[in-house]
Amino acid sequence: MVLTSPAAVIRRHAEDTRLTGSPQQRAREGGTRFVLLGATALSLLVLVVLIVDIVVDGAGRLSLDFLTTYASRRPEDTGILAGLTGTLSLMVLVAVMTFPVGVGAAVYLEEFAPKNRLTSLLETNINNLAGVPSIIYGLMGLSIFVVTFGLGRSLIAGALTLTLLVLPVVIVAAREALRAVPREIRSGALALGATPIQTAFRQTIPAAVPGTMTGTILALSRAIGETAPILVVGAVTRRATNEPWNVSEAFSAIPIQIFGFVKQPQEEFQIEVASAAIIVLMVLLLIMNSAAIIIRHRYTRTY
Amino acid sequence: MSTTSIRPSAPPADGPGAALTRGRPRHGETVVRGLLFACAAVSVLTTLAIVFVLFQEAAAFFRLPGISVADFLFGTTWQPFGDPDSDSFGVGVLPLLNATLMITVIAILVATPLGLATAIYLSEYARPGVRRTIKPVLELLAGMPTVVLGYFALTFVTPLLRSLFGTSAVPIFNGLSAGLVVGVLIVPTIASISEDAMSAVPRELRDGGYGLGASRRHVALRVVFPAALSGIMAAVLLGFGRAIGETLIVSLAAGNLPIREVPAADPLQQVQTMTAYIVQAVGGESSRGSVTFQSIFAVGALLFLLTFVINLVAMRVVRRYREEY
Repeated sequence: MVLTSPAAVIRRHAEDTRLTGSPQQRAREGGTRFVLLGATALSLLVLVVLIVDIVVDGAGRLSLDFLTTYASRRPEDTGILAGLTGTLSLMVLVAVMTFPVGVGAAVYLEEFAPKNRLTSLLETNINNLAGVPSIIYGLMGLSIFVVTFGLGRSLIAGALTLTLLVLPVVIVAAREALRAVPREIRSGALALGATPIQTAFRQTIPAAVPGTMTGTILALSRAIGETAPILVVGAVTRRATNEPWNVSEAFSAIPIQIFGFVKQPQEEFQIEVASAAIIVLMVLLLIMNSAAIIIRHRYTRTY
Repeated sequence: MSTTSIRPSAPPADGPGAALTRGRPRHGETVVRGLLFACAAVSVLTTLAIVFVLFQEAAAFFRLPGISVADFLFGTTWQPFGDPDSDSFGVGVLPLLNATLMITVIAILVATPLGLATAIYLSEYARPGVRRTIKPVLELLAGMPTVVLGYFALTFVTPLLRSLFGTSAVPIFNGLSAGLVVGVLIVPTIASISEDAMSAVPRELRDGGYGLGASRRHVALRVVFPAALSGIMAAVLLGFGRAIGETLIVSLAAGNLPIREVPAADPLQQVQTMTAYIVQAVGGESSRGSVTFQSIFAVGALLFLLTFVINLVAMRVVRRYREEY
């Protein structure tokens, strides 16, 4: 802000009405500021209350055993191993599927797509998909992956559903990362005789990897927090299998287990066990978000 | 759209450049280009799959004996279980729609004032430092898994309401608690989109206001707010769309009993929304072709249509506001 321009002087004077105006004016200005700040603080306060409530209820129930045992009918013996392994398997599968497809789509749209109707259709469509409720993706996964493809209520059906759900997030992030790569990099490669594909794969995409990674991790953190789509696809609250890597097996996930715990009639499940599981989920999300921030800060090159 | 096109221009027909540009054909590259296009096409296929699945399975629902579209849209009993000839059976979606709208209206009533106040504060009042602190915290709230908010509604907000209004007046499962927490969920949506709209109002408009002697409050409420109104309306609509599709909060806190008599406006009762019904019915052991299984998709199709129309209107509004400056 340039403070010396006449407009800025007037503005600063006006901003100080609460110091210079009549007592009535000052009261109104102060009141407005107070109400706006209060409303802003209120939503933040809800977040604080939520976190404190969960930590108070669940911290006592957390232990190593809680992470390494399967669900049990007795609240004192139950654990979230099924959910933890399921969530980790989902993360790996979703990451492996969204990253290449998301980057591929972004590279096509940023580097190769001609300016025509089809391209603008693709772009509008990616934006529109963000507004579709996640439970609808679950219905699509149930009908297509579970029934039509015959995958059953399996880990891979859940992972495919979540992949389609978060793909637009990765595409948008990858496009932004590609757009940040300066034109000179591309021109340089082309001038040296590289074909457009070589330019994209050897210069542009590597330069855009950190930004894309950040976007992918954020998309993954959205995927592992989702409950509705995998609930509809058929995730279960408890699981007997010891093969979390078997993609055709039934699967669970931490949010699904939280849902199951909250639905139990006993208060030990509903309050203590559920909030202990929520703490595990939130710690996982925190780790992922921190990783995303670190990657963005350490590896992003500024040109 | 790409501004840095790297497509080579048409090769010169002859002259020194001709030999350079007319290399051997690279079939591998054509394949790679095709694969990249296929990646981009996945999103369109997703949309097509959603539309196809919902309408095909919903159509199967309406072909079942004794079920008509009119019964579905205007019937007032939702009981798509068991024998279609029994008296309790009913496929009227109005009780579910009623519950969804009830909770959405509560959420909008909570989130619009809070979200707009936050947006005005961040855009017009807060110092840059404060703004940089508050925005990520709001994003944290937006990124909170909804199952966590559902837990919060059931085990914190509901007991709070019960101690305020009495346990006899507030049942354990009720629409009010769910509506309030869905409202909290969409505050960040409304706040961040309307803040973008307000920040996009040109500085000159504010300076004009100040130049005429207006106070900061007047500039914020009578200059910036009206100028950003279409963006703000879009923000509220998008929040509305998000609230309609919310599943876990309503499923955990509002209960699983469809409203008996529509229209119902009292939120202090157990209500089942469209999304909560889908979760409840999908957990049962119904098989494909049964009334219950197919009804999930009929409800899903209606939900999809509602959110689609709302998002379409919101996008129209946004586009109009974009053209303004």
